[in-house]
Amino acid sequence: MADNERVDVLIVGSGASGAAVAWSLAETRMRIVCLEQGDWVRSTDFPANGRDWEARRYTDFDISPNRRGRDTDYPVNDDNSPMKIANFNGVGGGTVIYTAHWPRMHPSDFRVKSLDGVADDWPIDYWTLEPFYEENDRMMGASGLAGDPGVPPRNPPMPPIPLGKTGARYAQAMNRLGWHWWPSDTSIATAPYEGRAACINLGHCTPGCAQGAKASTDITYWPLALRAGVELRTRCRVREITTNEQGMAAGAIYYDADGNERFQPAEVVVVACNGVGTPRLLLNSASARFPNGLANSSGLVGRNLMLHPWPIVSGYVDEPLDGGRGPITCLWSKEFYETDCARGFVRGYTLQFGRGTGPANQAIVGAAAGHLPWGRDHHRVFRELLDHRVNIGVACEDLPEEHNTVTLDPDLKDSHGIPAPRIDYALSDNTRRMMEHGIARAEEILTAAGASRLYCSRTVLNSPGHLLGTARMGNDPERSVVNAWGRCHDVRNLFIVDGSVWVTSGGVNPTSTIQAVALYIADQMKQRLATLFD
Amino acid sequence: MGTDGETELSADEIRDLGVIASTMIPADAGLGLPGAGDPAILADIVQSVGRDSRLIHEALAAISAKSNRGFADMDCDSREALIDAYHKTGGAAAAALGRVIASAYYRDDRVLLALGQEARAPFPKGHALEQGDWSLLDPVRKRAPFWRDDRAAVKDR
Repeated sequence: MADNERVDVLIVGSGASGAAVAWSLAETRMRIVCLEQGDWVRSTDFPANGRDWEARRYTDFDISPNRRGRDTDYPVNDDNSPMKIANFNGVGGGTVIYTAHWPRMHPSDFRVKSLDGVADDWPIDYWTLEPFYEENDRMMGASGLAGDPGVPPRNPPMPPIPLGKTGARYAQAMNRLGWHWWPSDTSIATAPYEGRAACINLGHCTPGCAQGAKASTDITYWPLALRAGVELRTRCRVREITTNEQGMAAGAIYYDADGNERFQPAEVVVVACNGVGTPRLLLNSASARFPNGLANSSGLVGRNLMLHPWPIVSGYVDEPLDGGRGPITCLWSKEFYETDCARGFVRGYTLQFGRGTGPANQAIVGAAAGHLPWGRDHHRVFRELLDHRVNIGVACEDLPEEHNTVTLDPDLKDSHGIPAPRIDYALSDNTRRMMEHGIARAEEILTAAGASRLYCSRTVLNSPGHLLGTARMGNDPERSVVNAWGRCHDVRNLFIVDGSVWVTSGGVNPTSTIQAVALYIADQMKQRLATLFD
Repeated sequence: MGTDGETELSADEIRDLGVIASTMIPADAGLGLPGAGDPAILADIVQSVGRDSRLIHEALAAISAKSNRGFADMDCDSREALIDAYHKTGGAAAAALGRVIASAYYRDDRVLLALGQEARAPFPKGHALEQGDWSLLDPVRKRAPFWRDDRAAVKDR
């Protein structure tokens, strides 16, 4: 096995968190290397360049790694979960294929035990993260509108995405109901920004943005990190993190682009592989000294998986709206976000209002819902559905439960023979009550908007791909994997910076918070460089 | 779980697929729409089967079995009834059949133009999205903040 030259910092994973940490640490002038198992994705690769743009959402740009099946993907056994795993393996990670919805967690999300008597408080609070949220908004390029009474103050650097016909229809309904709504914050450039062109409404943002208007870390953090001297090696899949006789991380064994096994020694190892990939790597790094997996003396590596149950309620109105001609993100509502025990559950959810889809996807979802017949009546009904669809997602907070796990599958392996992750996940009663409450409210809203043919997908296939909680942070080494600034309790030069460290999940898309936490951890590392391993 | 191996459709399967596609999405001369069994569209469907080939083989075999290998000879009402029943019970294979046919059909120029859509890729031209009426936000702006502000509690910790 070939050894590489020793580096100061080894980062595993180049997605939302790994990129942010690489950029932040670059100013230290340490030698930093990032290993990424996937490739760079070129803007010309994205589906919006071709006539088959809708079909490719189900092939090489599917959000399920099992369906996508690129050689840079690893399989996931999620058979024992009502929610399936979504991710992307490439430079930028999940940010390449996310919807670019950009809410922050609320202050109450960090104090759920104190405020609502459930789960655990985070060891950090919203206000500690606030400057890192703001820094990240500048780096990624956030768009939105200040003044929202439903969330803490923030000042996105760009104006919000347009309401469009669809947003206006929702807004009128929400005003009739007297419920809160606001244009969603997004990480979509609504004006030229830091070398990125403005959004030209290519449609649903999930399968990547050919325009480069959607912020993904391959076009935000990475160019700056590379310019500052960070080295990024693609097609390098890490098999395990090794430790030395002192119990410190020694580096990582990985397979390079040619399939050769190599060892990368490092003074500090930073794991940024998401809430499934990170516990997989730690469990695959078991050794005589760490027989239950690396950094797992608490037994909590891989436990408390949170996935954000996300029912979607849809219907059809009597006028053509925006269809698939714009970002799917539109409005949000925080009306039911904060706990109100009179609702029969604790914690809450965000309502997310979406636009429609293109013709092919309209046919696919219409047929799946039983609204669009095959046969001679197909064309008549299709014309009633196309561009008339409205839909609301219910972004539910699922609480941490130790029986929701990422473990190693005994049989399934990736193309390098590395054991693949297995997911065991079940919805709690509290979550189910929350989901039903949200579904009922969404139906009220769509009815107020004049929609008919309502239907609900309670667990949407392969969505949303929020992978959280499997290496939680905390002050007690027996109840957490990393401390309040991301350092593993068991291994003092091993840091975890992705969504694994989340204590609770909130009811929002996680990327802005994942990156704020990553920037906070990097800042803590920089402040403590002289005593980092004490 | 896992991607399926890709195997090509036989000539018989392609012929059956054409009849099935024409049944699922028939031509409509009044609307100026070809059927999904149109030669160009069928060729696109066949070329697009790809990773769904196992499921498409399964769907074709199931429909053939349900029709006693006589799907093409059935009258239109019977074919539609069989497809409707299979769609409701056929699971992943039925869904894949619909997905592959719809994906090819709804990118055909003739179809898109008849629907009033532009027959082109989204990039580089993009689309126009109207701003909408932002005055709708006025009543929301008047609302007092209602997120739980914990700054006092955090400060005391």
